[in-house]
Amino acid sequence: MNKVVKNVEEALQGIEDNMTIMLGGFGLCGIPENSINRLVKMGVKNLTCISNNAGVDDFGLGLLLQTRQIKKMISSYVGENDEFERQMLSGELEVDLIPQGSLAERCRAGGAGIPAFFTPAGYGTEVAEGKEVRVFNGKPHILESALTADFAIVKAWKGDTEGNLVYKSTARNFNPMMAMAGKITIAEVEELVPAGELDPNFIHTPGIFVQRIFQGEKFEKRIEQRTVRQRG
Amino acid sequence: MALDKNGIAKRIAQELQDGWYVNLGIGIPTLVANYIPEGIEVEFQSENGILGMGPFPFEGEEDPDLINAGKQTVTLRKGAAIFDSATSFAMIRGKHVQLTVLGAMEVSQDGDIANWKIPGKMVKGMGGAMDLVASADNIIVAMMHSNKAGESKILKKCTLPLTGVGCVKKVVTEIAVLEIKDGKFHLIERAPGVSVEEIVSKTEGELVVPDFVPEMQL
Repeated sequence: MNKVVKNVEEALQGIEDNMTIMLGGFGLCGIPENSINRLVKMGVKNLTCISNNAGVDDFGLGLLLQTRQIKKMISSYVGENDEFERQMLSGELEVDLIPQGSLAERCRAGGAGIPAFFTPAGYGTEVAEGKEVRVFNGKPHILESALTADFAIVKAWKGDTEGNLVYKSTARNFNPMMAMAGKITIAEVEELVPAGELDPNFIHTPGIFVQRIFQGEKFEKRIEQRTVRQRG
Repeated sequence: MALDKNGIAKRIAQELQDGWYVNLGIGIPTLVANYIPEGIEVEFQSENGILGMGPFPFEGEEDPDLINAGKQTVTLRKGAAIFDSATSFAMIRGKHVQLTVLGAMEVSQDGDIANWKIPGKMVKGMGGAMDLVASADNIIVAMMHSNKAGESKILKKCTLPLTGVGCVKKVVTEIAVLEIKDGKFHLIERAPGVSVEEIVSKTEGELVVPDFVPEMQL
């Protein structure tokens, strides 16, 4: 089944105002940068974005915050983005902060047909407010619901024409779960190869979860915290 | 004399045991990796998807696709494994990680911890901290005893929004090692040259002080 679209313009067709979009990545690592740049150009507004972080002021999802295209963010950590913090504290931006493991599992559940699950994370904190609490094995847990999205946009290292994906190093992060949870999942890859080129034993995301795939034009892959050690 | 950040990390490293999988939080906890006692082997788990995290890369060898949970460029050790975020937190929630070290803004004598939000001022988010503290059996908090205004952060009750309840077992600060049990702090060790009186005066929470409080051996 050929999932290939010719470019980012075609890949993002159908994304409209007020939609919910999942975007893979951890920090700036493994984010679909070509697609984010395209969303800025499209000018779609009032988006609800589900992504672990919100980029930095001038890269990643930070770009969509600068242009005020995001109405609501669902994230676990937003510490590297001044504009985000400003918009959140001033009330311009709705923010739902949720524990990172719960975010990952809620996306996984959304893609896996599990409507909700109990987790110990967040019990006794403001994350638990309004949520059902149940005790298992003597320990309280809170009920967390699944997350899905109109579109999920993920970034992979290699992908084939069938939509099978392979990620590289920690650029994997949230991408596999989000790929499962999109009604339409768009995969932006560094290298698009013909079906049969990827070893079936080493596919991370099976093509069934991907509806559209394209090779990104350019990957800047900005490093957020460049840390090195001295030789010798 | 009070310890610096490296001193705190060094003291925490003494808690490591051979064969443990360990998750280190951002800040002082990260430094613990520099002081692994000789003769033991531990593996560091980074919640963005690494088991077997190595040191920072040499200059010119940074890989933007390989970072730790603090978004710093890192390397992999031989035998390392990469996985997605759901698998990572399965390791954490499933208690496969033996020790979690993290920072805190406040800790209470009931073992509550606050480290993610100052209402109206600072909201960075909890990241993986809530999942980590809710599940780990063995949590050590690395923190300064007082804030910049000189107020104790070792409290009867946390004033900031909580990250987890009743979960912290041990706290290492620049002046003391404290254990938390039965709703009280227990003074276990003091930093070299730091008096018990100083620790008592800087601790707002209820503190049990034994007759003899040994100095940390660093």
